[in-house]
Amino acid sequence: MATEHVKHIEAYSPQFGTMIPSGFQKWLRTCVLWQLVRFVAINIKMTMLILKSHH
Amino acid sequence: MARLVIMGAGVAGHTAASFASDWLGKEHEVVVVTPNSQWNWIPSNIWVGVGEMSKDEVVFPLAPVYEKAGVDYRQAKAVSVHPEGKADSDAPYITIEYTGQDKEGQSEELTYDYLINATGPKLNFGATPGLDAGHTVSVCTADHAVHANVELENLIEKMKKGEKQKILIGTGHGMCTCQGAAFEYIFNVEHKLKEEGVRDMAEITFITNESFLGDFGMGGLHFKVGGFVTSSKVFAESLYAERGMNWIIGAHVNKVEAGKVTYELLDGSAGEAEFDFSMLIPPFAGVGFTAFDKAGEDITSKLFAPNGFMKVDAKYDAGAYENWKASDWPRTLQNPDYKNIFAAGIAFAPPHIISKPMSSPNGTPINPTPPRTGMPSAMMGKAVAASICDMIKGKTNEPTHTASMSEMGAACVASAGKGLFNGTAAAMTVYPIIPDFEKYPGTGRDLNGTTGEIGLAAHWVKHILHHAFIWKAKLKPGWTLIPE
Ligand SMILES: Cc1cc2nc3c(=O)[nH]c(=O)nc-3n(C[C@H](O)[C@H](O)[C@H](O)COP(=O)(O)OP(=O)(O)OC[C@H]3O[C@@H](n4cnc5c(N)ncnc54)[C@H](O)[C@@H]3O)c2cc1C
Repeated sequence: MATEHVKHIEAYSPQFGTMIPSGFQKWLRTCVLWQLVRFVAINIKMTMLILKSHH
Repeated sequence: MARLVIMGAGVAGHTAASFASDWLGKEHEVVVVTPNSQWNWIPSNIWVGVGEMSKDEVVFPLAPVYEKAGVDYRQAKAVSVHPEGKADSDAPYITIEYTGQDKEGQSEELTYDYLINATGPKLNFGATPGLDAGHTVSVCTADHAVHANVELENLIEKMKKGEKQKILIGTGHGMCTCQGAAFEYIFNVEHKLKEEGVRDMAEITFITNESFLGDFGMGGLHFKVGGFVTSSKVFAESLYAERGMNWIIGAHVNKVEAGKVTYELLDGSAGEAEFDFSMLIPPFAGVGFTAFDKAGEDITSKLFAPNGFMKVDAKYDAGAYENWKASDWPRTLQNPDYKNIFAAGIAFAPPHIISKPMSSPNGTPINPTPPRTGMPSAMMGKAVAASICDMIKGKTNEPTHTASMSEMGAACVASAGKGLFNGTAAAMTVYPIIPDFEKYPGTGRDLNGTTGEIGLAAHWVKHILHHAFIWKAKLKPGWTLIPE
């Protein structure tokens, strides 16, 4: 069901006022192929951060 | 021959000792004074606290590592600092009291040419009535985390028998820091309950002194995601909402009793939250040194701020929030009065907090105090060691290296679960740690260096960091190549 991942949200509760990941977004989080790409990206980002931070 | 004494062998002190002994060789002496016999990779205590790792996987004995590195290791706690020496000697010294090495309770004077204070925080459980009474658990030390897991296992047993349980995780005082640890722990607990098939038996609530979820003691952060510049508030709220967890923000927990906390909120109202299991982070203070001048007069307030952290080259008179600047933050971490004393990691006194100061109408301050996480603590330890080594080698009289939190970034990975394919994590980078609204108007941060995402990849990074940092701390081959 398209609303499976939001069905626990109660109207006007604090959770009602924020964003909830879509089913596709959640799938991407554990999709090994996509995550391998993200793994490389995160490592690049962290390396840049380290290089910028050392004085 | 010069003697560098390092007080504390945590992230900052151990990094400083490792590099200093490497750079100084046998010509000079590096002495480490620390009450712990084991080094602890504290971030992985979270996994110990949910039974995913054993204590042995997050600690190792310091003595063999220091023996290999040629560091003189004293298992002792430093008690007082005497930067001018004493009546009959100009040599500055500290007093120490042994906690191990078969000398428990014995005191000694230890002279130094250079001193690094890297003693981290005192876990100030006493600040909130009842927080030290055993009603709640903590994950701040490996032993605390082992105990937290025992309590969590008991709770899960009850849920398996059909008893609904209330879980409360967060900060135990209005002036806490380290929200990130509580944040990571709550997601690991929730993940564990799912794995045990009892998630529906638990009502899980996060209680925090942050004025909004995702403040993290850094005034929040912004990153580019899905075509928007998004606040960490939305990012954090989304994580709780997705998992059906409640939150209480702007809370100063003022009393902990069996199964119940009472708190005051930023709007001045009072509330109560009941729990069957609770992990509350205590506020941090300096470890509580005293300091004396040559005549034996107490100069503690000259060397240390009222919260017990050591004064360094920060701008302590910046005044109101509107006047705060990134440049208020210390760069060399050198004490302004005693140039041979430095502080690194949590031990240095910040000029002010990072988040906007807030208090309730009753005058109770409720705001996070500044986090000084692993990466900046290690970078400070290394920079201070580098400056001191240059000074010892006679290259200069002034510090040569800087490690300002307003000129460095931090990476933080918060996991949920530990499995390589079923856990996920949030990976965040922030640059700079201290928002610089002059350089980066609007959000205070470089939007290319400040990022956040959730997924398995971040989880793999967390695993790698665990093994890499323990490898590095053990000074195994190639340790200098692993960045801080
Ligand atoms: C549960 C938890 C999870 C965390 N997770 C992360 C994370 O994922 N990422 C991250 O970047 N940071 C994390 N942190 C923060 C990180 O652990 C700290 O930033 C870091 O440990 C600070 O380093 P430090 O050297 O200043 O203090 P510490 O590492 O605490 O070291 C202080 C040292 O001083 C010693 N000492 C104390 N009193 C004395 C005395 N009187 N004399 C001599 N020595 C003394 C102590 O025994 C200790 O060895 C986490 C913290 C906690 C509690």
